[in-house]
Formats: sequence, C-alpha cells, structure tokens
Amino acid sequence: MNKLGDSWLLSLIGLTGLAVIVSLYLVFVYVPTELIMGIVQRIFYFHVPSAWVGFLAFLVAFVAGIAYLMRREPRWDMVEVSSIEIGVLFSTIALVTGSIWARPIWNTWWTWDPRLTTTLVMWLYYVASLMLRRVVDSEDRRARFGAILSIVGFVNVPVVFLAIRLWRTIHPVMFSSEGFEMAPGMLLTLGSSLVTFTLLYLCLLVIRVRIEYLSSELSRLRQLSIPARS
Amino acid sequence: MSTGMALEQQNVWAVEVEGLSKSFGPITALCDVNLRVPHRKLVTIIGPNGAGKTTLIRILSTLSRPSSGRVRVDGLDLIEWGAEIRRRIGFASHQTLLYGDLSAVENLRFYGRMYEVPDLEERISELITKVGLTERLDDAVRTLSRGMQQRLSIARAILHNPRIVFLDEPYTGLDQRAAEILSSLLRELLAEGRTVLMTTHDLIRGAEMSDQVLVLLAGEVVYETNAAAPSRQDLNIIYRRYVEGR
Amino acid sequence: MRFWRGVAAIVAKDVAAELRSKETLSAMFIFALMVVVIFNFAFELRVENVRQIAPGVLWVAFAFAGILGLNRSFVLEREGGCIEGLMLTPVDRSAIYMGKLVGNVLFMLVMEAFILPIFAVLFDVPILNPALWLVIILGTIGFAAVGTLLAAMAVNTRVREIMLPILLFPIAVPVIIASTRSTGQILDGLPLSETYTWLRLLLAFDIIFTVIALLGFEYVLEE
Repeated sequence: MNKLGDSWLLSLIGLTGLAVIVSLYLVFVYVPTELIMGIVQRIFYFHVPSAWVGFLAFLVAFVAGIAYLMRREPRWDMVEVSSIEIGVLFSTIALVTGSIWARPIWNTWWTWDPRLTTTLVMWLYYVASLMLRRVVDSEDRRARFGAILSIVGFVNVPVVFLAIRLWRTIHPVMFSSEGFEMAPGMLLTLGSSLVTFTLLYLCLLVIRVRIEYLSSELSRLRQLSIPARS
Repeated sequence: MSTGMALEQQNVWAVEVEGLSKSFGPITALCDVNLRVPHRKLVTIIGPNGAGKTTLIRILSTLSRPSSGRVRVDGLDLIEWGAEIRRRIGFASHQTLLYGDLSAVENLRFYGRMYEVPDLEERISELITKVGLTERLDDAVRTLSRGMQQRLSIARAILHNPRIVFLDEPYTGLDQRAAEILSSLLRELLAEGRTVLMTTHDLIRGAEMSDQVLVLLAGEVVYETNAAAPSRQDLNIIYRRYVEGR
Repeated sequence: MRFWRGVAAIVAKDVAAELRSKETLSAMFIFALMVVVIFNFAFELRVENVRQIAPGVLWVAFAFAGILGLNRSFVLEREGGCIEGLMLTPVDRSAIYMGKLVGNVLFMLVMEAFILPIFAVLFDVPILNPALWLVIILGTIGFAAVGTLLAAMAVNTRVREIMLPILLFPIAVPVIIASTRSTGQILDGLPLSETYTWLRLLLAFDIIFTVIALLGFEYVLEE
C-alpha cells in the first residue's frame, strides 16, 4: 500500500525544503515591516497559514471519514487519523501564534475573535476525538467512530463559527469590500507561506500515514506468527 | 404457517454458509467456513474458547457483518434481507438481553411491540407459563435468578415465533436443575418444528440431543459429523483429536 | 409506520423503566439544582446584577444534567447486552436512534420543568413565557440530537463518563450560545422578533445534526 514510493516522497520533501527557504527569505528579508504593528506583524505569515492548514487537515479527515464508511478500506482510516493529528498540531501553532501576536498589539493574551475561538473550540473537540480512539479496544469500531467524529466535527465548524461571530467581532479586517488592504508584497509573502505550509502538511501526512501503515502491518505479522494448533 | 411451509420446500437449508471469513483488523476470527444446517434439526458447534463460535453465530444472527463469503438464512441473503431475516430468527446468548428494571411481562411486551407480535398478551401468557415463570411475572428481572433470567431470555427469543433459533453458549452459568429445564425447553422447540443452532464448549450437554455436530477450531471447521447423531464416545475421540491434539 | 411504532415502543420502555427506578430523573434534577444554587452563591458575591448571568447559569445546569441523562440512557442498554436486543428487532437502526432521542429530550424537558420554578425564585426572573419555553425546547432538542449519537459511542469506551462531556461540549457550543443569548433577551423582556436570528440558528442546528445523527447511528451500532 505504498501510495507514494520513496522517490515521490523525497521529491516532495525536497520541494517543501525549497519552499521553506523561499518563504523564510520573503518573510524575514523581502517584505517590509508593517507601519502600525511593527516586527511582530510577521507572525501573521505563520499564524494564518497554520490556521489554514488546520482547516484543510480537518477537511481531508472529513472526506476520509466518509470514504472509510463507504468503502471500509483501512487506508482511509489511516489518512483520517493522520490528518486529524496534524490538524491538531497546526491548530495549536495557530492558537499560540495568535496569542503571541495579540499580546503586543491588543494588549491581551486572548482575543475572543470568531476565527480564533472557533479554532479553540474545534481543537478541544478533535483532541477529544483522538482520545476516544485511544480508549476504544476494537480496531474496527475505532475506525468507524473516528470516521463519524470527523464528519460531525467538520460539519460543526461553520456552525460554531457563525454562532461565535454573531456573538463577537474584533478580528482585524483583512479583505475589505474594496479589495485587499495588504500591500502587494505582503500578498506575495502570504501566498508563499500558504503554499509552504500546505506542502509541509502533505509531507507530514504522507509520513504519518506510512507510519500508521507499517504499524498495522506489524500487528498483522505478529498475529500470523502465533503458532497455529495442529 | 402454510406460507412458511411452502418457502421451506423451496430452500433446503435453514442456514447456508459459503466461504465465510471474518477479520477484526489484523486478527482473523473465521477463515473460509462452510456450513449447512437443515431445517428442523439441532446442530451444535463445539470448540474451545476463542475458536470463533460466538463470532460465527453473531454473524448468522445479523449482529455482525461478514468480511467475505456468502450467508443465507432461511433462503435469504444476509446482507440484502437483514430486517426480514431478523423477523424469522430468534437469538439468545449468555447475556440475557433483558431490561433489569422492568418485569418479565414488561420486557416481553416491549419486544412484542418491536416485533409486532399478533395477540401479544395471549402469547406472553403462553410463554410465561411455558418457561415456568408464572409466579414471578411481575417482579423486576433484576430480582430473578440466573436460571430464570435465562429461561425468560429464551421466551424473548421465541416470542415472535421464529423458525430458526440461534443459541450462543446458553448453558453458561446454569446449575444442574436449570440446565435440565433448558434442555427440555430445547426439546420442545425442536418438537414445534423449529431449527436450532447452538454453540457450546461443553461437549456433553451440547451434543447429547444434537442431530449434527461441528467442531470449530481457530476459526476453521475441522470436523463435521454426518446426519446420524454421534455417540458420546465418538465425540470424545473427535474432541481429543482435534481440539486437544492427541 | 413501523418506524414510528418502534420509536414509540422504545420511548414507552424507557419511561416505564424510569418510572420504576426513578434513578435518572432524580440524579438529573439534583445535579441541575446543585449547579443553579452553587452558581447563585458564587456570583452573588461579585456580580451586581445577578440577572445578567442567569441565562448562562440556567443553561450550564441544563447541559450538565443533560449529560447525566444521556449517559444513563445508554448505560442501561449496555447492561444485559440490551443494545443487541434492539439490534435484533426488525426495526430500522435509525428508529433506535429516534426512540432514544425522543426519550432523552423528554427526560431533559421534565428535569427542566422542575428546575425552572426554582430558577425563577433564586434569580427573580419571569418564566411564564411561551417564548422562553420555545427556546428551551429547541435548545434541548439540539443538545440531545448530537448528544444521543455521541453517547452511543462514548458508552463503548473505558472512560465513558469523561468521554461524552469532552466530545459533546465543543459540538454543543452553538446551541449553548444561541440558547443563552435568546434566553437572556427574552428574560430582559425583548419581543420575540429580536431573537429570530438565534432561533433560526437553533433550528438549523437541530435539523442538521438530527439528520447527521440519524444517518450516522447505523455505523455506531454495527459490528
């Protein structure tokens, strides 16, 4: 079941490495310091892509969950759990960078802004869903429950967001109705960061799915090696 | 019952299993099992713990899905005709499937409604009498002894008059007297024209009334008697050779 | 038709069992009461206008007590392996979900009906308002709709008491927000038209998650 052979993975890692270098250059050298916020604003180029990858990861898990329930192929379950783990990781980064960014700018560690709060709520949920996987003994059940939780969780994301947004709004407006409020240089840097983070996600996903696959192979081989009765 | 008879003539086997396999992740519980249970017979599946008996009977009862293979119960395909099959089968295991807080009557009434049993109250009285629980019919099931609960569980299993009855280790936890009552109940079931498929690890109890015996070992059928009922000595030999390996 | 007859039978069974033991409802009621009283004391010392926090307190009480009820409803099915008894019947699996949902909503509403008068006394708020009852009903349905699905899963795990709350609360955030907001608006005497946004959100949540749970329940039960 090696969906991506070693050469593919190496190319992907190489490409990602390249993207990281390019993005780092853009973020720290190329893009001018923002007038109002200062240097801290550069966190924006890590914060937004992390949040994006979190969302992407949970979307992928949603699709994988549906695919698993329909097809019952183990690889969909592997993709799903891997994606959720990575999604939680990047959501953590998004939350932490959001907090670090908020402190000097808005003088508070936490802004109850809709996007950030939704991320926090969903972070809690997805962590709980990973916990559930750990305490379910049967493999088949674990996969089914995981799939249902991925589906329910993702459907809930827009609902939670809507509810919280109806409730509060302090996040800085990035895309106003006239057009982008960001300078073109910033847009390029942001775009590059987004691509880099997405590539990072793909790398991690492939590696993680492989680990999952090998782990399941190991269990299977262990099972076979139990001597059969005559 | 007459339509039942016509259908019976159409399909020869009460249960027909071809190449059934079941895996739970990397663990294979059943491997390429083939099985045929004729109507109106008692077939017993024996084997040690972990042989896959419970897995097999749960699949036949629609509680579990096969990983591969074909299963037909009462001539109907398991996957396609799940709900209809459930109408025609009864299932009892060492778990009672009864609500402890409710009384015997209330339990039967609930299941009767779920199965849409006609003339429910009459049927309930009939069954309560048959399993000998008339004195305790209004007591919470929690307060009944294990043997009584097991009898009530069988009553629940045949409430809707199923033609095929699956019993998973029904003798577990029963004392001598309760086991005897169960055995006589089973004989009655057979006399009524039902088919019974039973699993047990208890060689003697299991086989004494059986028309056919299968030995299941590590997910595979290793031995099958033919139509004639096996004698106790034969069974001992079989069991020792296949199960204990000597 | 068979679907609804099955649903009715399951609800009747759960009600009958509860009437006998009274364990679930009393636990729910006591727990909710405890929450309301403790919060009352906890905030009265600090907050000028206790009325401001009243809606939040009410819904926290409902949510926590609701979790108790949701858990119980499936724990009782686990004893004696009854969930398999249900699966063996010819009714649709989704009817089992619906039956459990209706039962759970019913129990929560009964608990809420008993808590409301006490709440009214402690927080000095008017509760004889059908608009308030509508919000409570919609909120309860939403909470129970997704709660029933999650409880069915959580009950199969080793740490079931912990599992349900940590899964359910994040998902129920929209319900809690919408319910507390509209409750607050109604208690403040605003006309119903002001709460339409929240009511619509509640209704949307109820419908979306009941449908998803109905579809997903089948997968929870199968082996």
